[in-house]
Amino acid sequence: MKNLPDAEVLFEQLAEKIKPLITSETALVGIHSGGAWLMERLLPLISPAGNGLANGILDVSFYRDDYSQRGLHTETRPSQIPFEVEGRHIILIDDVFYTGRTIRAAMNELFDYGRPASISLAVLVNRGGRELPIAPQISAYETTLTPDQNLQLLRQADGHFYLTLEENS
Amino acid sequence: MQNPQLTNDGKLKHLLSIEGLPKAIIKQILDTAESFVGVAEREVKKVPLLRGKTVCNLFFENSTRTRTTFEIAAKRLSADVITLNVSTSSQSKGETILDTIDNLTAMHADMFVVRHAQSGAAHMIAKHVAPHIHVINAGDGRHAHPTQGLLDAFTIRRYKPEMHNLRVAIVGDILHSRVARSEIHALTSLGVPEVRVIAPKTLLPENVEKLGVHVFHDMREGLKDVDVVMMLRLQNERMAGAMLPSSQEYFKTYGLTPEKLALAKPDAIVMHPGPMNRGVEIDSAVADGKQSVILPQVTYGIAVRMAVMSILAGNS
Amino acid sequence: MKIHIKNGHLIDPKNGIDSKKDLFIAAGKVVAIGNSPDSFVANQTIDANGLIVIPGLVDLSARLREPGFEHKATLESEMQAAVAGGITSLACPPDTDPVLDEPGLVEMLKHRAKQLNLAHVYPLGALTHQLNGQEITEMCELTEAGCVGFSQADIVIKDTQVLWRAMQYAATFGFTVWLRPEEPYLAKDGVAHDGEVAARLGLKGIPAAAETLAIASILRIAKETGAKVHLCRLSTAEGVDMVRAAKKAGQKISCDVSANHLHLTDFDIGFFDSNAHLRPPLRSQRDKEALSAGLIDGTIDAICSDHTPVDDDAKLYPFAEAEAGATGLELLLPLILKWAEDNKLNLNQAITAATQMPANILGVAAGDLSVNSNADVCIFDPKKYWKVEANSLFSQGKNSPFLGLELAGKVKYTLVNGHIVHQST
Repeated sequence: MKNLPDAEVLFEQLAEKIKPLITSETALVGIHSGGAWLMERLLPLISPAGNGLANGILDVSFYRDDYSQRGLHTETRPSQIPFEVEGRHIILIDDVFYTGRTIRAAMNELFDYGRPASISLAVLVNRGGRELPIAPQISAYETTLTPDQNLQLLRQADGHFYLTLEENS
Repeated sequence: MQNPQLTNDGKLKHLLSIEGLPKAIIKQILDTAESFVGVAEREVKKVPLLRGKTVCNLFFENSTRTRTTFEIAAKRLSADVITLNVSTSSQSKGETILDTIDNLTAMHADMFVVRHAQSGAAHMIAKHVAPHIHVINAGDGRHAHPTQGLLDAFTIRRYKPEMHNLRVAIVGDILHSRVARSEIHALTSLGVPEVRVIAPKTLLPENVEKLGVHVFHDMREGLKDVDVVMMLRLQNERMAGAMLPSSQEYFKTYGLTPEKLALAKPDAIVMHPGPMNRGVEIDSAVADGKQSVILPQVTYGIAVRMAVMSILAGNS
Repeated sequence: MKIHIKNGHLIDPKNGIDSKKDLFIAAGKVVAIGNSPDSFVANQTIDANGLIVIPGLVDLSARLREPGFEHKATLESEMQAAVAGGITSLACPPDTDPVLDEPGLVEMLKHRAKQLNLAHVYPLGALTHQLNGQEITEMCELTEAGCVGFSQADIVIKDTQVLWRAMQYAATFGFTVWLRPEEPYLAKDGVAHDGEVAARLGLKGIPAAAETLAIASILRIAKETGAKVHLCRLSTAEGVDMVRAAKKAGQKISCDVSANHLHLTDFDIGFFDSNAHLRPPLRSQRDKEALSAGLIDGTIDAICSDHTPVDDDAKLYPFAEAEAGATGLELLLPLILKWAEDNKLNLNQAITAATQMPANILGVAAGDLSVNSNADVCIFDPKKYWKVEANSLFSQGKNSPFLGLELAGKVKYTLVNGHIVHQST
């Protein structure tokens, strides 16, 4: 992946792909932090003005499966799910899909709020490497990275997105 | 001197006292507690962090309230909880504290929550437990009650987020109070510029001003323009004797009445660690009044204890 | 047995010696200093090159724990520790079980100590029966049995009338009364100096006034009754001032300080280190400095080890419940050396406080190396560092606030009555 794709272009594509799935029973849930940023900007794009779509933010720190190895994340944010989860069609939003473990944690957390009618997953980039039987229904871009590569979504002060790729040695 | 509460790389290993805790760790605990406040409002009020872990509440001194909040906190983290009131079992048969600890360690306890009537008991236990075990001080003698100090700081931060601008008064039996010591350390660490203590000389420790507090003996003077009034419980055994003549005189001089509270800022909040002696240190009109945040303190206490336990158990 | 100690630096405060001089010993006595006596043929020669040769130390307070507390220490272990620390004479307080309040017990202790043939033991008899602070003991009988003075150890006589009578009776026969000044009501349940540290740690304090009030009444009663008084373990600056004033006014009193209090303050309690739980409590920096100054100007006469071996189990309690006391016999010399160095004193002056001065207080022939005196000698390497840890101590008590510290001053040889009773490589 020599040239990183333009995150803004991917974002437009993601929005277009999500739009058809929206009904009055849909709720968007962004995963802290990249997924929450995406959701914030998706909301005005995909929900007609005045028709506020149910939405929330999850910080999955309390549900992570690497807690016993890595401890609690030093910066946790309160999860905010200010709508009735029961019977809702939820679209989880995240920036980069990798092993699937974060999504597993997010689904567990969601179920502690109630029983949703369905959950689907939309991500900006699917970088390959999943370790669980979980995959995004929607992704704006697919690629294959090695485990020592770290793809991250970042946000500029003006709200614009960009991607970075780090090689961990 | 190595701080016995921290690991070699500066993470929280035990919570024994707020004194000496880096400000970053205090803030991490309070921030994490914010996340746990929300958990209590969910359908399932539980998170799986401490699944498979065993938390042992070891109470060498009785305290239903503190014990219960620690129990709830541990259970909401999905831990298995054992509660032992040691004052009524093995201690009376001559078993030492450390024998009790060794026995529970052999039963694979991962965390001890310890309450003891002697200052320094939690430090002693922390010094002797196996390396993988975490110790939380739930009150040792007059020394410290760090989770109470933290939950009080948390409560204040929720109502008065500008901690750099606050004037706080702690009123009552400072001499015998582990709560007061922990509150003082928590508030000064978090940058509260003025912490006052208000008490008669018989209920103040020697050199108390070295803890960074301003000393007042006259309650009316001490309450002037404060943002927060923290009342302390007066133990029954102090109500008459050489320290104080009577609970009536104490109420008159140091009890918080609406009339005295009026000297504080109009939006001042009133706190109390409970259980309250109504009519001794606090008037019912104040305890149940609109400035009182005594019940929220109890609610936040669970979130703060969940935060402490989950941070500790993750630092292996 | 004739011993020639050669090439050592000899310090003997009483005789004003502080130079490289040989020491000649025969039949348990010092026979010559400097030049060899005529026809002296040594059976053994000790080369003390680079070492310091001093009179064996005299310790005013060493608990040997026998009888009654053999699980904490035994006479064998503690006497071994004494000579390993260069101590050749020691006074032991009467708080054994049973209390040293009967001549038979004193005789037995003296006999047992003599059999071990290590340091000289000088028991202090109980001032009151069972140390109960009510009935005085048979002081004449006890003196005959070997007591060199009368003490209440750490148990205070609350009833001033009894104290008055006890001092009157002791004064009748010229016996010395040893008292640790502490007003019992102010000190009640206290475990630490009533200052900043106690305030922070939530420990019950013992105010300095507990000491000064007691000193005031002891000094007054001593003056009224004419009793000879030795004040044990001064710990406060004000206490030192009071003794200084009393001595200046001509009152005949003596006093001592423990080596611990010359080096440590309440801050050394750290995070509830029960090894720093001592009696009297470790006090403030200001008190520590005043004790040091008092020792230098002669207000305080002697330094003692205040040796109190405590078994490990008794220290494994929260600070207040842990038994007070610290092992001290083997630390006395290194702590005196450190004190001298910290205060830029010459060794001669420092060592007086643990040789000649305490011997005078006890009224025994010890603490000097005059010709014809008992050949009780300590030979040590002042530059050799050793680490204070459980297995470096002979004492059965392994409890010390100095654990883990490296101290300079290692005893190489100890001689008692001209016999080598301790030797280290």
